[in-house]
Amino acid sequence: MTITRRQALALGAGAAVLTAAGLPSLAFADDAKVQAAIDAFSGGAAPETGTVSLTAPEIAENGNTVPIGVSVESPMTEADHVTAVILLAAGNPQPGVATFHFSPMSGAAEATTRMRLAKTQDVIALAKTSTGKVYMDRKSVKVTIGGCGG
Amino acid sequence: MRTHRGTILAACAVGLLVTSGPAMADQDEMPSIDGVKIVTRVAPPEGHPLTEIISGFEFRTKETQDLELDDFTNPGFLMVEQGEEAWSTVEGSAEKSCESCHGDAAESMKGVRAAMPKWSEAAGKPQTLEQHINSCRTERMGADAWKWESDQMLGMTAYVGLQSRGMPVGVDLKQGDMQSWWEKGKEFYYTRVGQLDMACANCHENNYGNYIRADKLSQGNSNGFPTYRLKWQKMGSLHRRFKGCMDNIRADAYKRGSDEFIALETYLAWRGQGLSVETPSVRN
Amino acid sequence: MSTSKPRVKVPKTASKDEVIQIKTLISHTMESGQRKDSDGKPIPRKIINKFKCEFNGKTVFECDMEPAISANPYLEFSAKVPESGTFTFTWVDDDGSVYSTDAKIAVE
Repeated sequence: MTITRRQALALGAGAAVLTAAGLPSLAFADDAKVQAAIDAFSGGAAPETGTVSLTAPEIAENGNTVPIGVSVESPMTEADHVTAVILLAAGNPQPGVATFHFSPMSGAAEATTRMRLAKTQDVIALAKTSTGKVYMDRKSVKVTIGGCGG
Repeated sequence: MRTHRGTILAACAVGLLVTSGPAMADQDEMPSIDGVKIVTRVAPPEGHPLTEIISGFEFRTKETQDLELDDFTNPGFLMVEQGEEAWSTVEGSAEKSCESCHGDAAESMKGVRAAMPKWSEAAGKPQTLEQHINSCRTERMGADAWKWESDQMLGMTAYVGLQSRGMPVGVDLKQGDMQSWWEKGKEFYYTRVGQLDMACANCHENNYGNYIRADKLSQGNSNGFPTYRLKWQKMGSLHRRFKGCMDNIRADAYKRGSDEFIALETYLAWRGQGLSVETPSVRN
Repeated sequence: MSTSKPRVKVPKTASKDEVIQIKTLISHTMESGQRKDSDGKPIPRKIINKFKCEFNGKTVFECDMEPAISANPYLEFSAKVPESGTFTFTWVDDDGSVYSTDAKIAVE
């Protein structure tokens, strides 16, 4: 039996397609780039979990338009408020998505937007407060690619 | 054993169609947009090939549906607003706007989209909304025709279409020679074409609700067009979608506005009868 | 390039110091710089890179955007309303163009 490399790839692709959304997240992400973005935002402070929460669909129907929301628990006073939140897509060619800048005038540290995800990957949100705290949340979003286009 | 690449590809292609998705939720409650109820499931008349006529809305995820259910979050409204502005903009040698003849679109255009395509005595064939708009522009306004997929045309068809939102799709096959165009459209629908040798029916009649690779197949109804499609990241016409399907099955696609596509649009309007007009819908 | 006006949704009235929801949407292709044209040449990046919301001249909320933001950028956020006044919204394009709109709100 002879199966060329090309045929094997075709078979593999077919099998992967059959499992649909169960595609593994391939190491397309440049972890160093993501870490650099996290460090640049946090100024080296180790991010804590909790306080910030990310809302994203478990499975995105189309990677072009993925609704994404972030909300941070905070009194939002002059003395203690969230100053910024950065959104990162760990598996995109460039991890940066958006940076939200808040002020006490924001009333609440929450924002929603729509983003592009090149493939199944983790989305990361980091929040920074006026008191020097950094919080992080992370969600995995499956992106269904290779459907019927046109 | 010798494995031909063609065999594997064919196996994969079959694989595309057999992966069945999760069962669809029943319509426990009718969706509504801006207070208008949207019929997304309807019983077909006798002699209709489907057991239930279902809008493409029902095949999409909650996130995509949510975009359509709020006119503010629906990106299609950027185009609608453009169309609304064009409605009262004077153009052409006759120094008229749409409004000069048709007045308030909310009144005069109500039901227009729901009845498309409509027989035109002058053209001697059914005409789509795009063609009716261009007839107005060239014959009554003395203005240039808009290109089929131009932002101007998409904006105007979306704006005019919106005036029928919630109304049932109902094409009148008794006018002129509509019946023979319906026949032509039906033949098109069931004829296999292209390198993949597929007909509309293979996906949209025999496999709706199933996944084709990562996408859930719909019944291919036309009630939401023009639609804001996430894949396109903009609004697009029904004929653009037709062309996309034909490209996918490796067929030589007909042109937007061609007789073939007019016939298909006529037949699809009949297939989707009773569904609410959802223009401008949001699809994936 | 933006042929249609930005859309903003702001309540007409609020009570003093109420935290309201604001929604904004603007027409823009958000060309990422990652795509190639039919000749294989890269299509240059052209996006809206900055959004700002001010109330009576004071900054309420800002957003720096990257090419990963979807076409026709949508933003939803909150604002505290201390008094009657005007919200001003501005979007800055890579090419230097600035699109803006505003909305009034009355404190009752």
